[in-house]
Amino acid sequence: MTEQLTGAQSLVRALEHAEVDTIFGIPGGAILPAYDPLFDSEKIRHILVRHEQGAGHAAQGYAMVTGKVGVCMATSGPGATNLVTAIADAHMDSVPIVAITGQVPSGAIGSDAFQEADIRGITMPITKHSFLVTDADEIPLVIAEAFHIASTGRPGPVLVDIAKDALQAQTTFTWPTELALPGYRPTTRPHGKQVREAARLIAAAERPVLYVGGGVIKAEAAAELKVLAEMTQIPVVTTLMARGAFPDSHELHLGMPGMHGTVAAVAALQKSDLLISLGARFDDRVTGHLPSFAPLAKIIHADIDPAEISKNRTADVPIVGDCREVIADLIATLQKQAAEDGVEGGFAAWKAQMLGIKERYPVGYDKPEKGLAPQTVIERISAIAGPEATYTAGVGQHQMWAAHYVDFERPRQWLNSGGAGTMGYALPAAMGAQVGLPGTVVWAIDGDGCFQMTNQELATCAIEGIPIKVAVINNSSLGMVRQWQTLLYEGRYSNTDLNTGPESIGARRIPDFLKLAEAYGCVGLRCESEEDLDATIEKAMAITDRPVVIDFVVERDAMVWPMVHAGTSNDAIQIARDLAPQWDEEDL
Amino acid sequence: MTSHTLSVLVENTPGVLARVSSLFMRRGFNIDSLAVGPTEIPEISRMTIVVNVDELPLEQVTKQLNKLVNVLKIVELDSHSAVERELMLIKVKTDAQTRGQVLETVQLFRAKVVDVATDAVTIEATGDAGKLTAMLNVLEPFGIREIAQSGRVAIGRGSRSITDRTLRAVPGTQAG
Repeated sequence: MTEQLTGAQSLVRALEHAEVDTIFGIPGGAILPAYDPLFDSEKIRHILVRHEQGAGHAAQGYAMVTGKVGVCMATSGPGATNLVTAIADAHMDSVPIVAITGQVPSGAIGSDAFQEADIRGITMPITKHSFLVTDADEIPLVIAEAFHIASTGRPGPVLVDIAKDALQAQTTFTWPTELALPGYRPTTRPHGKQVREAARLIAAAERPVLYVGGGVIKAEAAAELKVLAEMTQIPVVTTLMARGAFPDSHELHLGMPGMHGTVAAVAALQKSDLLISLGARFDDRVTGHLPSFAPLAKIIHADIDPAEISKNRTADVPIVGDCREVIADLIATLQKQAAEDGVEGGFAAWKAQMLGIKERYPVGYDKPEKGLAPQTVIERISAIAGPEATYTAGVGQHQMWAAHYVDFERPRQWLNSGGAGTMGYALPAAMGAQVGLPGTVVWAIDGDGCFQMTNQELATCAIEGIPIKVAVINNSSLGMVRQWQTLLYEGRYSNTDLNTGPESIGARRIPDFLKLAEAYGCVGLRCESEEDLDATIEKAMAITDRPVVIDFVVERDAMVWPMVHAGTSNDAIQIARDLAPQWDEEDL
Repeated sequence: MTSHTLSVLVENTPGVLARVSSLFMRRGFNIDSLAVGPTEIPEISRMTIVVNVDELPLEQVTKQLNKLVNVLKIVELDSHSAVERELMLIKVKTDAQTRGQVLETVQLFRAKVVDVATDAVTIEATGDAGKLTAMLNVLEPFGIREIAQSGRVAIGRGSRSITDRTLRAVPGTQAG
């Protein structure tokens, strides 16, 4: 006779079959039946977080560093709605997570029952797919399908909402050998004709650029990218989501393009005659004013999601496929082409021109007369912790500085909220990353605004032995908003002062991050001058048994440069306030 | 902008209509008409969606629809290679004097009367959008009291079947 078990036991067994080793979550009424068999699981570690948003971002952090599917769990109603921000974030940045939520018993659905929310309806626009399970027998198949959908094609979040009575019902367990997804067939193999067409355009181009997006990291295609770039000698730009996909130290790397991109990366796109877009999506933060973006360029657009191709900018050569396969095929085709047609002269003049701009306009900053420059803090953390460490960031000035001043040398070294721009991402994402990579160094580069949105997870980290390091780049304000107020609102600082700074700038140090760290069982450190900087970072590096929070009290008027103002052309890039790069005649 | 008829085969599962309609809303595409019904295969439903968009946004609509896991196939049907029909129920005011003229109109358009009262008749008419508009124009002077109209349904001409082709193209996915 087939073994009888509850829906909840079936769920836990299905998750074990899906090779889940970690779940971040919080129990509650509707999901409670699942927590009982979870208590007994020897394969799955459940980490009790302090807010469901933290569970979602932790699942993202875990997924981003391991390449596996991250899992978060919450109860119905507010438990589920608290996951929404993280789900939306995962959707924008194509992060494979499965969110499991309890739902009120199926008979009560639609009756405005206690803690009822139509979480499937709420998350429909921000999930790759979602399921509502009211029959316990469906649980193994739904879990198998959820993990398959989340992790294949363009990765993304999948929600599985399970009614409480389905968790309590008696059922049997069979792990499916075949999935019932007739409408889901991601194209991973690129079309040979399109690849040949792309190779032909590359051979005919004079000023090509490899415009690399996060898809290259998701597809594990960094090694192939390096071969392609070195073989063709085409300059590379890496978007915010692709930092680390190509080494920063590489000669051909021009840096990050976009609103706060390097002059060289922005100039390369604007002057290029051929963009080879690999797993990027022509986001408005990259293109600026779309009609004037890369006005001279033809477009090769390779992406695993056909809907991204020609969405914002019409592609001359669309290639639907997995980036790794696309790049590998492109390399083979270019090699064959070169063998047949003789070796091309290459792009030496173009490369030299771009490297000249890169040398003339490196990202840089002026140190303040007194106080600590936020950029210096990040540079020193990067120098001391090195590229082996993982870095997460929140959203705002500190994020942009981290994107520029951390030395990115490898994929999955950098985690941030790129598309959604979710403040508060850094700390819980670092927590998830640390769980995915135990024994390694994980730094959350955070802002004082972001940090206060999710810092309750310090309790989780301290109790669960997750020794992340949090660098709070404390400028006592919502820095990026303040920067826009400086530049666009005549310095009228409406509601951007957070008062987390010291009395010397008229702030009240609420909260005191040292005391907050200690209250959460973490080590709290404070650094207010460059003289103490390295020693403080090294002290944090030496602590491996619990989380460390460092309050870096930085100069608050520092701004992120370069900058292309929102809605304007990339041609109007400024390297400092009212200061445009000097283009030579030959650059034009 | 031009009108396009999309024939969308979907898995017959709960929530699929919500997914499709919310996609249209979220991406800013307007639906002119939407008709949903079963097909000859019980697991598959057909949505016939009429959208009024330019060529490029139409490509986006199709690609975004294709991303929905429950969407199996999308075919654009044009009026040359497909039969398109809408059904309309029209309640027209009549009296002893006008009833004859109204009935004549019904015959001319090969429609039929499905309900009669002393002061009104209800007409059932099918056809493409042009025919129904023409008929409404003729009936207008008598006084139209109420209209109920279905969405457009359409099917390709000839012996080919898109449901048949869809099913053949769907091998089971191996579980990972």
